[in-house]
Amino acid sequence: MKSKKLAIPYMLWMLVFTMIPLVMIGFTAFTDNSGSFSLSAFADAFQYTNVFLKSLWIALISTIICLIIAYPLAYMISQMKKSTQNTVIMLVMIPMWMNFLLRIYAWVLLLQSGGPLDTLLSAIGIHGNYNNNTVAVIVGMVYEYMPFMLLPIYTVMGKIDVGLIEAAQDLGSNKVAVFRKVIFPLSVPGIISGITMVFVPTASTFVVAQYLGGTDDIMIGDVIDKIFFANNHTGAAISLVLMVFILIFLVLMNLFGDEEAIA
Amino acid sequence: MKKILCALLCAVMLGSFAAFFAGCGQSAGAGEVNVFCWGDYFAEGQDDLRNVLEEFEKETGIKVNYTTYETNEDLYNMLKSSNVSYDIVVPSEYLISKLIKENLLQEINYDNIPNYKYINDRFKHLDCDPDSKYTVIYQWGVTAMVYDKTKVKNKPKDWDALWDESLKGDILMINNSRDAMAIAMQLCGINPSTCTKEDIDKAAAKLREQKPLLKKYVMDQVFTEMETGQSAIAPYYAGDIAMMMEENEDLDYVLPENGSNLFYDAMCIPTCSKNKENAEKFINFMQKPDVAAENCKYLRYGCANDEAVKLLDEDIRESELTFPPEKYLDKCYVFSNLDDDVYEYMQAQFVKIQAE
Repeated sequence: MKSKKLAIPYMLWMLVFTMIPLVMIGFTAFTDNSGSFSLSAFADAFQYTNVFLKSLWIALISTIICLIIAYPLAYMISQMKKSTQNTVIMLVMIPMWMNFLLRIYAWVLLLQSGGPLDTLLSAIGIHGNYNNNTVAVIVGMVYEYMPFMLLPIYTVMGKIDVGLIEAAQDLGSNKVAVFRKVIFPLSVPGIISGITMVFVPTASTFVVAQYLGGTDDIMIGDVIDKIFFANNHTGAAISLVLMVFILIFLVLMNLFGDEEAIA
Repeated sequence: MKKILCALLCAVMLGSFAAFFAGCGQSAGAGEVNVFCWGDYFAEGQDDLRNVLEEFEKETGIKVNYTTYETNEDLYNMLKSSNVSYDIVVPSEYLISKLIKENLLQEINYDNIPNYKYINDRFKHLDCDPDSKYTVIYQWGVTAMVYDKTKVKNKPKDWDALWDESLKGDILMINNSRDAMAIAMQLCGINPSTCTKEDIDKAAAKLREQKPLLKKYVMDQVFTEMETGQSAIAPYYAGDIAMMMEENEDLDYVLPENGSNLFYDAMCIPTCSKNKENAEKFINFMQKPDVAAENCKYLRYGCANDEAVKLLDEDIRESELTFPPEKYLDKCYVFSNLDDDVYEYMQAQFVKIQAE
């Protein structure tokens, strides 16, 4: 009983700030300007299919790169002394205390022509502008969201019972086998929640592509941002379609792993 | 203990809720003026200038609550659909006519604004408010082009420089449907202030032509792009171009030979205002010549107050960017309010160009 009472404020919070807005988005998406039922907003939304695909593609690539970088790092950190672990995690977190936009802006300056990267490569005779392209967008995404991949994997790895690893070694497993048979399977929940926490925001983010991308790198978040001013029905429909895409993605992830790991 | 703590937390949460909603719904008591305006739109002590908002508070004892919006559309939505009370809003020309049409503005009592006499006649009977009942102009300006002399060899003359193949990959375009479409329409020989859907289609085709040549669509980013010499040419608001040129001496400006968009923001009192007299005091204060001059020094947009212009330094007064010549202004066009569906169509077309 007691636990139910405690949950009331949270339920209210969910109702006011999650359920009602969701219903409102759904309502807006399925109506037109006169307020009657209409699917025209969805017809409009599907004119942006290429942007949808591009956003999901960028999100997927960014997530994979995050995973490739974060997984070994998380493993290494979890093998360190406890005090060193805290310091390293702190170092990963510190950049996140800074404003999101400021960090993206720093990348603009790093990549622009005459910037540090250009100056460095000019020394060996390569000139260029490394900003305003898809690669720059992905670099920005990976930089912004890497900690969200690292932390869940690190947490899960830190909790792996050393006894299990020792048991595997006693039973004759070499390092590779220990990793393959013990560490990796036990870290899957961390990987899954990491992927979720990186993929979902990268697919729907805006601003990053606006700063680091060129004219072709518009993401679905930017389209929603722009179209909402003119036609909030189309905006709501695009948001809803994006939510469905992400839901499908989460369900797929769910098939691979432990349900509890899904954020 | 836990229970008490929990109850306390709940109370705090609900309390802050209540305060939040009350804050939205209620107007301020006597002695306040709620100014809802573009961000960074007054001299507030920056660059060794005076703080005009503080001075107003000291002189009148009226407290200024300055909140900001980013687009005219934000302002419109706030006035239209939320239960707010503002005393001063500063919409742009095309929104003013829409607000008047929808009865969202109240008539100003000009007897309370003696400083209105300083306003230049050109800016008194505005197209959006021909009888001068609702508005007192605050700032005005034109769109123009900024270019980097080291990258663009011949001084450009008109907007077609933004379609110049030889500058491919170095051109920036304004990321705002109205301004971008207007530039394209001018090149197609269409008057942007009275455009139809067919005109928008033509302009959209022109913008599609331009897209492969562009480096980026930008708004505020134009400052760093141009100031650090990253790009060759960009259209932007003249007052801001003056600022960019101060940062980078390679930059120069062009007033397009066939004119450009003349825009202005005017102070208005919305119908939801509950401190109309304070609002009028505020408007009057902002048109005091020394105050208006101070704001102009900071913003570098055109100042419509003739007495204030006399107080400005010569280099600002002579600057064609802040004060384009009269002859040039005669060539400019002013946006009028488009029908909702035409504006919607324009916005959607502009997003589509970018999304392709």
